[in-house]
Amino acid sequence: MKSTLLVGAVLTIMTATSAHAQAIKLADVAELSGGGATVGTNWKNGIDLAIEEINAKGGVLGRKLEVTHADSQSNPGVARAQVQKALDAEPYVLLGPGYSGSVKVTAPLAAEAGIAQIMGGEAAELTQQGNKYLFRTSFGQQSSMPKVAKYIHDEMKAKSVAVVWVNNDFGRGGRDVVIKELDRLGSKVVADLSTEAGQADFAADVGKIKAANPDAVFVYLNEEESARILKELKRQGVTVPLMGETTLIGQKVIELAGDAANGARGHVGLTTDAPVDLIKAFREKFSKKYNYVPDHNGLKGYLAVYMVKATTEKMGKVDPKKFADTLHGLTIKAADEPGILMDVTFSDTGDIDRQSFLVEVVEGKQVVKQVLPKVK
Amino acid sequence: MSNLFDLLVAGLATGAIYALVAVGFTLLWQTSQTINFAQGEFVMLPAFLMLAAMHVGAPFWLAIILGILLSMILLGLAFKLLLVDPMMRHGVLPLAIATMALAIGIKEAVKQFYSAEASPFPSIVPTGDVSILGHAVSLQSIGVLVVAILAVLGLTTLLNRTSLGHQMQAAAQNPTVARIIGVPVERMILLTFLINAFLVALASLLITPIYLAKFSSGEVLGQAAFIAAIVGGFNQVRGAIVGGLLIGVLDNLAAAYVSTQYRAAVPMLFLIVVILFRPQGLLGRAEERTV
Repeated sequence: MKSTLLVGAVLTIMTATSAHAQAIKLADVAELSGGGATVGTNWKNGIDLAIEEINAKGGVLGRKLEVTHADSQSNPGVARAQVQKALDAEPYVLLGPGYSGSVKVTAPLAAEAGIAQIMGGEAAELTQQGNKYLFRTSFGQQSSMPKVAKYIHDEMKAKSVAVVWVNNDFGRGGRDVVIKELDRLGSKVVADLSTEAGQADFAADVGKIKAANPDAVFVYLNEEESARILKELKRQGVTVPLMGETTLIGQKVIELAGDAANGARGHVGLTTDAPVDLIKAFREKFSKKYNYVPDHNGLKGYLAVYMVKATTEKMGKVDPKKFADTLHGLTIKAADEPGILMDVTFSDTGDIDRQSFLVEVVEGKQVVKQVLPKVK
Repeated sequence: MSNLFDLLVAGLATGAIYALVAVGFTLLWQTSQTINFAQGEFVMLPAFLMLAAMHVGAPFWLAIILGILLSMILLGLAFKLLLVDPMMRHGVLPLAIATMALAIGIKEAVKQFYSAEASPFPSIVPTGDVSILGHAVSLQSIGVLVVAILAVLGLTTLLNRTSLGHQMQAAAQNPTVARIIGVPVERMILLTFLINAFLVALASLLITPIYLAKFSSGEVLGQAAFIAAIVGGFNQVRGAIVGGLLIGVLDNLAAAYVSTQYRAAVPMLFLIVVILFRPQGLLGRAEERTV
């Protein structure tokens, strides 16, 4: 009897140590300092919150999750070095970075190591390079722009559209997709206006919009330029509906543009203001733990960890080599895995399909006006 | 056609601000041979001084007054005493380079102590528009034009109609003779620095609601004003006014009818043409300064 107890005790200790030794190791490389510090810190906190929740409920397949955080300093060069270092430790999955530029230079490293990389970048090209290990946590432009075009055509009933975009990779990527989609739907692009990053004066651009007399204007610029053009549109008395993406109706733009932002509409892939119970609960948990309201990057970090959980449980084992294959084409339902917050489907390229939101600025506040369904 | 009218109005409004900055440029050159390459940053800084005043609780009108006064102390008095006076004796070029260094210093300081991000700035003119010749013209554009024109009129009256103005002109045109006939040349030079500081603070107040307060916003303005001053005639206040308005309109027309990418190049090309065919500027007089 005594010996049985002893064996039992030894076994328990052994299992406990082995479970600890076999914790599933994740590596995170994010923008924890530098220009992207807000992005990276939200992302990191989202990851930590998800891991804490999962471990409190017994982990994944009985094993705890562990994560190491490394700082890319918002610099692609540093990100590359940090990712290399993280991959040398053979993590189960690589999380981050958040900046598209940093993702672009680190993705080949993870692919070479055969490790799946779940990241925050949104540039269209990231998932168009044939990389079999890269996964998004939010929409790329090729997923968001068709929704934007559909809204402009179906809901705004715009037969003619002026498209204003910023002349860099981000702007050109979005412009190409949206113009193609608008053409396909039958909304005519009557003005195709490229502007410069950092441009201060938008009088001439708005003049051209007025001359083209469109039914709607699609604005795809960075935050500060968005604010400047909104002010100029108001100054020159342009009253046609304005549509944009996340950048047009962001909190910073509203602060800079003041009154001029009212009425602007935009498509948003993820927002903590979404009228979804699970997202509301997330926002509450996050705010309680960190004492501030997260932005969409907090959601992305949180989702990344639950993507790991759902995929691993689907495989029924912890197999880094099979992870990417399993996640391709996988649909995760929020009913089965509440941590995923909304039903989501991953394509063969690592892009996502998920419902999204149509937001309007009303009296200086973002208001979710409509939930746009999944494409498929 | 309505498009052209809108572009002209917007161009004139921006041009009026360029003119204010360019006038300051020529004033400094006339009286002290200072080519101030920090002039753009001089326009950027007062907005931040006003914002800082509002941060500590001052209402907008008080912040404007404080901002203008502080600008006159920092960008007028201190600029002259601490940078121009010690550098002047080494010649025009070292001084010009010193002002370039100052431009970098001001930009980085604002970035460090305020923020690298843009901030909103309230407008002194209410939003809304009025109808002129059947066209809706924004009150903001009109406000900018009116304030700038009043400032320029005030300045020309001061220069041409008052004894103080005549003394300033004398100090600028021939300091040696001016000194002999009893004009306090040093004080007149200081006065032009103070006037320049006042003009840039005014320009800051007018342009920042449109361009937003940002550490880098002086770059474009400084360049535009510099071109305006040369095109109009570097040694003539009225030349700077014409140059400013012309560059403002040209810049807007170029952006609309040439291309946004090359808009910055068009005023430069114009500058080259002017220098080739009329080196003294459109309204300038050929320099006759001798030693």
